[in-house]
Amino acid sequence: MRKNATISEKVDAMPKGVSLWDDAWLRLKKNKLAMFGLFFLMFMIFLCVFAPLLTPYGYEEQDLRLGATGPTLAHWLGTDIFGRDMLTRILYGGRVSLMVGFIATAVALLIGVTYGAIAGYAGGKTDALMMRLVDIIYALPFMIFIVLLMVVFGRNLLLLFLAIGAVEWLVMARIVRGQIQNLRQQEFVEAAISIGLSPAAIIRKHLIPNALGPIIVYTTLTIPNVMLLEAFLSFLGLGIQPPQSSWGLLISYGVETMEEYPWLLIFPGLALTLTLFALNFLGDGLRDALDPKASRD
Amino acid sequence: MWRFIGFRILQAIPVIFAVITITFFLVRAAPGGPFSTEKAVSPQVKAALEAQYQLDLPAHEQYFSYLSDLAKGDFGPSFNYTGRSVDELIFQGLPVTAELGFYALLIALVIGTISGVIAALKPNSAQDYVPMGIAMVGICMPSFLLGPTLVLVFAIWLEWLPVSGWGDIPGDKILPSITLGAMYAAYIARLSRAGMLEVLSQDYLRTARAKGLPEYKVILKHALRGGLLPVITYLGPAFAGLLSGSFVVETVFQVPGLGRFYIQAAFNRDYTMILGTTIFLATLIVLFNLLSDVLAAWLNPRLRYQFKK
Repeated sequence: MRKNATISEKVDAMPKGVSLWDDAWLRLKKNKLAMFGLFFLMFMIFLCVFAPLLTPYGYEEQDLRLGATGPTLAHWLGTDIFGRDMLTRILYGGRVSLMVGFIATAVALLIGVTYGAIAGYAGGKTDALMMRLVDIIYALPFMIFIVLLMVVFGRNLLLLFLAIGAVEWLVMARIVRGQIQNLRQQEFVEAAISIGLSPAAIIRKHLIPNALGPIIVYTTLTIPNVMLLEAFLSFLGLGIQPPQSSWGLLISYGVETMEEYPWLLIFPGLALTLTLFALNFLGDGLRDALDPKASRD
Repeated sequence: MWRFIGFRILQAIPVIFAVITITFFLVRAAPGGPFSTEKAVSPQVKAALEAQYQLDLPAHEQYFSYLSDLAKGDFGPSFNYTGRSVDELIFQGLPVTAELGFYALLIALVIGTISGVIAALKPNSAQDYVPMGIAMVGICMPSFLLGPTLVLVFAIWLEWLPVSGWGDIPGDKILPSITLGAMYAAYIARLSRAGMLEVLSQDYLRTARAKGLPEYKVILKHALRGGLLPVITYLGPAFAGLLSGSFVVETVFQVPGLGRFYIQAAFNRDYTMILGTTIFLATLIVLFNLLSDVLAAWLNPRLRYQFKK
């Protein structure tokens, strides 16, 4: 009893160890732009998720007598030509834009990490074959294929997730494979093999957790790409279709009437740009914080 | 070097073949034939039309007949513009898109590399933060937002430049070119900054300085070649991006180029046009990737030596 207490006292007296994650968090906290990005993003997600509770207007609620008016006390970001509240429409559009960003990235993450980890762990011929396949798919001009897919199979949200996810997993697979390949050589993996762990368990429990840094960084940088892609397609009329809405679609409506009612373009544009800004800053910050090569200052 | 080029060409062939095959069967699998959306046609007319476009043949025969036409450079007739071939439409739009893309790439390269190099020469100073901050805006502001914003400010409010068009009024090529080039200028600025920073800290530059070379020669003769390598490798993907970017820019500014034709064909369900343009654009992109890889290998001997073994 007494002996245990002394040990814990000793442990308390020792200088506290800093784990990789604590260290990364400390570095991230020092990066003002990244922290701004993180807070802005959380704020935006909060607003969009709780939009129905936060605004007194409905998404399709028209007030034709009002028409298009600039920002007022009742309508902070103005109204569109049907008298619909812009703030409400932007928040509801943001739900779709953010959802596409996160879900399509999740699809890419799942495929990319699994594929990359298997290739990296297997090595040899399997690895060469799997990565050659990635090279070939990577060389396909995907932007054009996504446009083609949306044309051929109609504008379907599920298809949009799959199509975008199918493009974005390639880079993730390469990154994960490179990481796993390096980790594979290390002793703790040999130890895990020697105690009879299955390859699947080794990948899940030992390899992927150790490759989490680059995976997180790349995921954060994929989300803005995906959101841009969705906005691009919606702007062309090939992505999200009404009555659903997204920032890309709101921007394309805004363009039609920008001469008379510029705020209908400016506000959705700001929402998209600022969110992409925040995500990019956060991604850059995370890269600096989690990259082991970065200097410790 | 030749071995490397040969290897890359061998790699490009299956890709182009895959593009043709995937596109062909995707378009074939599209629900609703090209004539079903139009006004009701009598069965006889429909059969005649299908025979004219060879839609009555089994899929694999259509595929092989399309392949043999392609080998002769024939993309077939357009569904929508009767009497006009897809080749004609492509070669009508291509020069316009090529010109737009050329200006955009020029803007991107000149502005991008200069600001990237300037930023790298004095990292973490105003000289670094200002161009890199602007570059971040360029990356986050998509062309479909930048284009209309530029129109709003420079064409509608200030009335300095025309709102849209291509080659009709003097100055109408400026806004589309800037809109298309801006994002790539931003990427190139970031890439060349990072590349230069890495090169500037290397020993051979210290040697160059130690033997008394003036600073401008150190930068121009020794640092640039290595530092701008990432930019060269980026040219391939940038080219692909410029092509798909032209879809938006040509739609926004009503430029009669290939990108606008493609989007119109997509809306009109003009299947032969979609098929032909997709294959054409995709092949262009694959070839350009090949070119930028060869260029990178020529500049970076390490890439070449992997194939010397």
